Amino acid sequence: MTAVPRDPMLPVLFRIEKVRRDLSDTFTMELVPEAGGEFSFKPGQFNMLYVFGVGEIPISISGDPGDRSVLVHTTRAVGAVSSALDSLKAGDQIGVRGPYGTAWPIESAYGQDVVFVAGGVGLAPLRPAIYHAMNNRERYGKVMVLYGARTPEDILFKKELERWRGRFDMDVLVTVDRATGKWSGNVGVVTNLVARGGFDPLHTTAFVCGPEVMMRYGASALEKKGVARDTIWISMERNMKCGVGLCGHCQWGSHFVCKDGPVFRYDSVADLFQVREL
Amino acid sequence: MPAAEGTAPLAVILDQAGLDGLLTAIRAKGWRTIGPRVADDAVIYDEIETVADLPMGVGDEQKGGYYRLKARGDQALFGYTSGAQGWKRVLYPPRQKLFSAKRTASGFTIDPMAQPDAPLALIGVRACEMAAINVQAKVFGDKDFADPGYQGRLKGALIVAVECTRAGDTCFCDSMGTGPEVGTGYDIKLVEMVGKAGVTYVATAATDKGAKLLKAAKGKPAAEADLAAAAKAVKAAAKQSRKMETATSAKLKDVPEHARWDQVAARCMTCGNCTMVCPTCFCTTVEDVTDLKGDHAERWRKWDSCFTVDFSYIHGGAIRTEVRSRYRQWITHKLSTWHDQFGQAGCVGCGRCITWCPVGIDITEEVAAIHDSTKGRK
Repeated sequence: MTAVPRDPMLPVLFRIEKVRRDLSDTFTMELVPEAGGEFSFKPGQFNMLYVFGVGEIPISISGDPGDRSVLVHTTRAVGAVSSALDSLKAGDQIGVRGPYGTAWPIESAYGQDVVFVAGGVGLAPLRPAIYHAMNNRERYGKVMVLYGARTPEDILFKKELERWRGRFDMDVLVTVDRATGKWSGNVGVVTNLVARGGFDPLHTTAFVCGPEVMMRYGASALEKKGVARDTIWISMERNMKCGVGLCGHCQWGSHFVCKDGPVFRYDSVADLFQVREL
Repeated sequence: MPAAEGTAPLAVILDQAGLDGLLTAIRAKGWRTIGPRVADDAVIYDEIETVADLPMGVGDEQKGGYYRLKARGDQALFGYTSGAQGWKRVLYPPRQKLFSAKRTASGFTIDPMAQPDAPLALIGVRACEMAAINVQAKVFGDKDFADPGYQGRLKGALIVAVECTRAGDTCFCDSMGTGPEVGTGYDIKLVEMVGKAGVTYVATAATDKGAKLLKAAKGKPAAEADLAAAAKAVKAAAKQSRKMETATSAKLKDVPEHARWDQVAARCMTCGNCTMVCPTCFCTTVEDVTDLKGDHAERWRKWDSCFTVDFSYIHGGAIRTEVRSRYRQWITHKLSTWHDQFGQAGCVGCGRCITWCPVGIDITEEVAAIHDSTKGRK
């Protein structure tokens, strides 16, 4: 028996290096550990971010897993803690616990086509996996990013999407639910982009992240194209107070989304998707 | 001084003075003794010092939505069945400070909580309660993320179990396989024998520290016949009016759309009493507080209940808005998905959720209804 372990509920202090506004309600922070050192994580994992005196929320990591010098989080301000986070600026401190949860098994897709299907801010948890694919481009067949946003003004990481689209070794398709302004691109749900295909369904691994209903339809659109359930991966969102399986809030059937997820293989949870209010 | 192999564990007979001697010996070793006492017309587990603090001659009557103490007319100290609340109150307190934080010129600092004071001696732990402590030890002892508070308190604790010789009306430990004989984890086990000649305790040590303490209590050695009589008395408590259909209860996760959920939802008030009194329910939330100037902040962990709407809230709304979803979550987790998570049921058959439900919803009856409706189906 070793000594009593460190309390997993204790955050570590990080300093905000840079804040970038992505959208009217969405921002990206670059953080460095106050005590120095590196932060390593796997694509798809999340941290619990603590704002002094306000509270703590689970936020997925949106940076490049190949760069351990900085921790990157992209957050949409929708509640008390995320709004408080939004009010912080470079030089301020926050508490960080993590990284927690399962990862996108991006390395298991070597030799395959890889399709990223994202909705809204769901592009953020996928971005580390996309970075990994780009850093190891020669290991994959086709790399596709299919992205849906509510309006053209809600397109996250727009410049980056444009840059990716400019590459000759990557396919990027974007659609919006509702066109505004001068938008002349795709209009409609992201599943329409899946239906267009362009990947080899028998040799494709798909990573899907967005609102639950979008993931449900996204996964079934992929299935309809012939992608097997066991090569489709999704990332769940649930209320989390601890991130380490102790508070009980994130339960989804037998799963603690915080430690058995957030990334699940679709065939292992497809039945749960069918149950309302589970 | 471990007992030599093949020899029987140390067993002695104590009278109530001897039991008092045992409490004294325990306290002398530095344990804080927590045991049953009467407060607010209920048996609760709280600080005790001597046998005089124990609920002498107090029995209880428990049924669906009903709990009353009643005089037994004897000198029994453990004549009730189970206390209003289990031991999680002491091993995993309802409010625990996680840390405090102070604003500084450059940000803030975090001060972890100092670890708790005197180790606890739990006096009067019933078989179902011992089982519940073991269940929670698994929950809080995950290989990756353990709760050091629970682990520390349990590791330092001395456990004096008391085996029941009578079952309450809401008890169903026999069908859960958790009682009335106490399982593993205790240091000393007592069986209270109430006879014409007075009240005695057949005390058995299960650990070295238990044996040392029993020796200090100076009882007379227990004979074979004493042990047999005690075992027989405990057997009587296995006669229980309720039983859990465990084969069906383990499969509740397979019937999320069963009509019974609507039926029970019509009665359930979502008060959360069942989750508060359940000795294994472990869910918590966190609360952040600051002083008026905002320079000092604290983070507290508080018991929470899956019966609240807020429990499942994510931006945009709660996941489980309907009563049926929340009741289904509680009972399905407790009896079914707990097996997947921790390799056993989360229910120990103590019956508190039945006793303390204001409308007397009975967990065994709900499972039986589903059992009857699915009988013969594969």
